[in-house]
Amino acid sequence: MPSAVRDLELDLDAFEGPFDLLLTLVLKEQLEPAEIDIANIVVAFVEHLTARDEIDLDACGEFLVLIAALLEIKARHLFPDESAELSELEPEEAAEELARRLAEYRRMKEAATWLRERMAAERDRYFRLGPAPFAPRAERRLAQQDPLALVAALEGLATPPPKVSLSHMALRFPPVAQFLERFRAVLRHRRVFDFDGEVAGLSRVEQAVAFLALLELRKSGEVALAQAAPFAPIRVSRPEHERIPQWTVRSA
Amino acid sequence: MDRPLRLISTDTISPIDALARTLEALLVVASQPLTVDELAEAAAEDPERIETALGLLRERYSEGRSGIVLERVSGGYAFRAAREAAEACGRLFERPVERGLSQAALETLAIVAYLGPVSRPEIARIRGVAADSTVASLVERGLIAEAGRESGVGGAVRYRVTPLFERVFGLDGLAELPRLDELGGEAEAIRERLLEVAAARAS
Repeated sequence: MPSAVRDLELDLDAFEGPFDLLLTLVLKEQLEPAEIDIANIVVAFVEHLTARDEIDLDACGEFLVLIAALLEIKARHLFPDESAELSELEPEEAAEELARRLAEYRRMKEAATWLRERMAAERDRYFRLGPAPFAPRAERRLAQQDPLALVAALEGLATPPPKVSLSHMALRFPPVAQFLERFRAVLRHRRVFDFDGEVAGLSRVEQAVAFLALLELRKSGEVALAQAAPFAPIRVSRPEHERIPQWTVRSA
Repeated sequence: MDRPLRLISTDTISPIDALARTLEALLVVASQPLTVDELAEAAAEDPERIETALGLLRERYSEGRSGIVLERVSGGYAFRAAREAAEACGRLFERPVERGLSQAALETLAIVAYLGPVSRPEIARIRGVAADSTVASLVERGLIAEAGRESGVGGAVRYRVTPLFERVFGLDGLAELPRLDELGGEAEAIRERLLEVAAARAS
């Protein structure tokens, strides 16, 4: 059955279409209730009623219920926090506040009427409309330039960059054997020597290799190592067991 | 009578006439009103002489004398079509800025014109209806524009009317709007009525 209320065609700022679609959209929260001009809906309904000769009481009742619900939803949305605030006011204060707001709105409504009249009076003034022109910008003047300076700058860019040195990548390690021989030779002449003193003056890499050679000698039992404390000079000597058999042999 | 029609005789041209021609040229090129200062800077003349030359031009380009009218609008000077040519202009051109401005849009425009810079929540509070769509439509038409934000973190965007608003409504400036306290004469009557209701409820 067609309903005079739900099929009511509306033409509002925020919405155009049947009333029941408007309600659906509001309930689905796809239309902001605050955007809806409820007075215009009422006007549309009254016009709709006057267009017919008879008064449809059912339709009026339905409309009243629906519009009241819509009004409540809208009111709740418009003043989510103010409801409490206003209810705390004394009736007189509330009336004063309401009057102030109504007066403010009424003034703006009259200003809007003035604007409408003004617009009508000015509607035969035609003028050219264009985008706002660019403000004239001061020309940036460059100082006198030397063409040769540009050449020099370009030359600098055209020169290939200096080759990056890779010398540090190719460390030359002296053979460990060289130091093995050297330490053995020293120990042939001296019973004890100081490692640090022996390698002083060599490069860092050579010192490292010399230390490896020293460890090799210790591993094979050709030397004995002693160090009084960490980082103290390393004393290298002929191993004890070599002396003991010697002594044994001698005493035998 | 085979001499061509001349507005200004080229035989003896006074300096002020020469300046008037320059201003004519500047105003024809401009797409929005030019202030006396802007004209003075462009013509490299002092503002007083500009005013004198503008006086000549206003007389020459006035309603009933010419199809082009020089008007003082939005704080400057601009050429427009004479009112008598409005019908012909209307056949050729639309007026998209003001076409179909709704009551809601005009009320919002009035609020922005009088109270601007003003934010959407403020407009909504005064009108009792959310202002989002009307504000967006007025921005699109170029009648209002953003003008900063309310103070504080995340402050709402504020709006003011544009020079185009003044031009469309034929205003030299916002001072030409009627005074706010001259509007809404019934406000006092409403207040009285409401107070009566309040008194009745309180008793």
